[in-house]
Amino acid sequence: MRPPSLLSLTLDSALLRIAHIADLSHLPDHLVIDLFRRTLSAGKLTEKVLKLFLATGCEEIILAVQLLNIKQPLVPVLPTNSEVDIVIAALQPNLTTFFEAWRPFFSRFHIIVIKDPDMTEDLQIPTGFDLKVYTKSDINGVLGASSINFSGHSCRYFGYLVSRKKYVISIDDNCLPAKDTAGSTVDVVAQHMANLKTPATPFFFNTLYDPYRKGADFVRGYPFSLREGVECMLSCGLWMHNADYDPMTHVVKRNQRNTTYVDAVMTVPLGAMLPVSGINVAFNRDVLGPAMFPGLRLRNEGKHRWDTLEDIWNGLCAKVVCDSLGYGVKTGLPYVMRSDAEAGKALESLKDWEGVKIMDDVLPFFQSLKLSRTAVTVDDCVKELAGIVREKLGPKNAIFTEAADAMVEWNNLWKAHGAQNA
Amino acid sequence: MASASHAPTPLLKDELDIVIPTIRNLDFLEMWRPFFQPYHLIIVQDGDPSKTIRVPEGFDYELYNRNDINRMLGPKASCISFKDSACRCFGYMVSKKKYIYTIDDDCFVAKDPSGKDINALEQHIKNLLSPSTPFFFNTLYDPYRVGADFVRGYPFSLREGVPTAVSHGLWLNIPDYDAPTQLVKPLERNTRYVDAILTIPKGTLFPMCGMNLAFDRELIGPAMYFGLMGDGQPIGRYDDMWAGWCTKVITDHLGLGVKTGLPYIWHSKASNPFVNLKKEYNGIFWQEELIPFFQSVSLPKEATTVQKCYLELAKQVRAKLGKVDGYFNKLADSMVTWIEAWDELNPPKGGVPTANGPPPKK
Repeated sequence: MRPPSLLSLTLDSALLRIAHIADLSHLPDHLVIDLFRRTLSAGKLTEKVLKLFLATGCEEIILAVQLLNIKQPLVPVLPTNSEVDIVIAALQPNLTTFFEAWRPFFSRFHIIVIKDPDMTEDLQIPTGFDLKVYTKSDINGVLGASSINFSGHSCRYFGYLVSRKKYVISIDDNCLPAKDTAGSTVDVVAQHMANLKTPATPFFFNTLYDPYRKGADFVRGYPFSLREGVECMLSCGLWMHNADYDPMTHVVKRNQRNTTYVDAVMTVPLGAMLPVSGINVAFNRDVLGPAMFPGLRLRNEGKHRWDTLEDIWNGLCAKVVCDSLGYGVKTGLPYVMRSDAEAGKALESLKDWEGVKIMDDVLPFFQSLKLSRTAVTVDDCVKELAGIVREKLGPKNAIFTEAADAMVEWNNLWKAHGAQNA
Repeated sequence: MASASHAPTPLLKDELDIVIPTIRNLDFLEMWRPFFQPYHLIIVQDGDPSKTIRVPEGFDYELYNRNDINRMLGPKASCISFKDSACRCFGYMVSKKKYIYTIDDDCFVAKDPSGKDINALEQHIKNLLSPSTPFFFNTLYDPYRVGADFVRGYPFSLREGVPTAVSHGLWLNIPDYDAPTQLVKPLERNTRYVDAILTIPKGTLFPMCGMNLAFDRELIGPAMYFGLMGDGQPIGRYDDMWAGWCTKVITDHLGLGVKTGLPYIWHSKASNPFVNLKKEYNGIFWQEELIPFFQSVSLPKEATTVQKCYLELAKQVRAKLGKVDGYFNKLADSMVTWIEAWDELNPPKGGVPTANGPPPKK
């Protein structure tokens, strides 16, 4: 084997010191290129070193950098309390266990608690939180007479209205922090914020899921022009233990519990519809707020999640709006641990459960929906959507006309009470 | 509601062929022996046909080299790539089985988080034998898995699902990155075991990797043409990508499903990124045109078989991509040749195979 040339040794030596070299512009191009290749191979391309190479003005290097799509690593900044509100709908009076369990993760943030207007008992909430409770009289006081019914799970939307932060995270009051496969407690806030602050990739599916996660990237075959991604507006989390099933599934599989922790976040592709569960959700309120409304109310809407479809309807509308405006929706992590409290009562709900028929009408409608190009804001999109719902779905079932009404009403409420920012 | 089967997964040993392209040796089969031994292997030898490929003892196999391909296809052999693992699709063509599993010779048995060896083939069979759900995204992923189900809000009319045509597995250790990413992140390893299988929604394209892939040959076989790559071609490492885009467009059109996720295999060998960059170079630019092309392709209602769909695609490739590069005219030609060769080697049986019936259980 031939011994290495002096030139090769010199380049290797330069590579060892690359972090300390201030200027490479005196080197001939072919040496700069060789050194660049060695730097890449050695994994030593930091931002500073990259700038060093680009400063040489060598065209091949510039082309290579473009081709290699060298991008800044996205390190999500820890959420500050000036950006995030936590919104909790209180459907049970005793929230002591809930807040104590979430204290390590919630204590830095302002918490908005909306008491179910139908609940008569007083709320029990431990101290030590920056927390404000809104009750029925507050809702009436702020909104006056509104056609939107904020009882039950829908009360959380009032929280969205009065929040003044850029991001909102909302979790059902029967959920506690979950543990990941390593046994660490999941920081739901940090994960939702990572989801919302890193781009979504709706135009092409990445088989290694979220390419912005540490240890992952875009795979071979992923077009480079699509690697910048789009802004993520909605982050849909999941639930360990008591999964979010319809009442039929709860009854038939009453002993089934979700024990599979799927360590992934992924973007829901453009055009794909999904059932968004309100149990564990976060969104960019500044942009998407006008689309996060309680629209569809089942005739026998109750206090159990399986008695509602309001979040499912909300999610479908939000997804259509995001698809239309080029925003992203992610699903997957974080998990919360959802307790069993409701599991036994599903049988009672089966009798009148109209959710079955509703979704079979709703889905084909959403799948074929295309909003007009002139709807360029979330507001416009929601207005247009409400009109189409009234026209196309209204004739099938009065429940949809009411949903359209609620969407229009929400638009008005948002303008009057939600649109101002702190 | 999804009824998950707790019965053991059928072996399907007389219904599934394992197709392996290779230029070196098949020593890796030793590690797979406990899982692969019951099955028939189709080995497609790439590169110099005068070399003898050593197959470990005890495997039932047929081996084809370039001479065999030329002999069997005559002039149509031009559609099979030379000096590229894309030649593996010849194996799909000559197989007589319902299912194909294809794997690269640098892929080994991976371990799940509990330390247990993963039987990749068994998981692929599970994926293929259970329905897909392309019309609505289930947030708990595969609803037919034991322990999962459809979530609240999932329309009941869609809970039967559609037949699964493709099961796309993943890789631990060396991830399937393109050359630029390999250059920037030479040390990155995929250590994240994502315990999920999911259906890729209708209308969504994805990068299909041929390293760990299974499909129902009767449902989608003719679409699995791995294109013109390697020697004498301006592009390489896009064979499986091409097949994946064509396949997805056709499965979307025919109402079939494509799943991705489990199983994982252990990918051991990182190919040379500078060599890869040369091969992929054109592909990196061309894919910017290819993706919009595939995203906007529409197949006519009359295209009711995979072959008809594929021939229609070839027409559109020639019409719309010919202007990107003359290569696509050649590719369109070879897509047609492929279908002709496929139909020659696989004459239609009496009666149209239905895409809706469940696969026959042994």
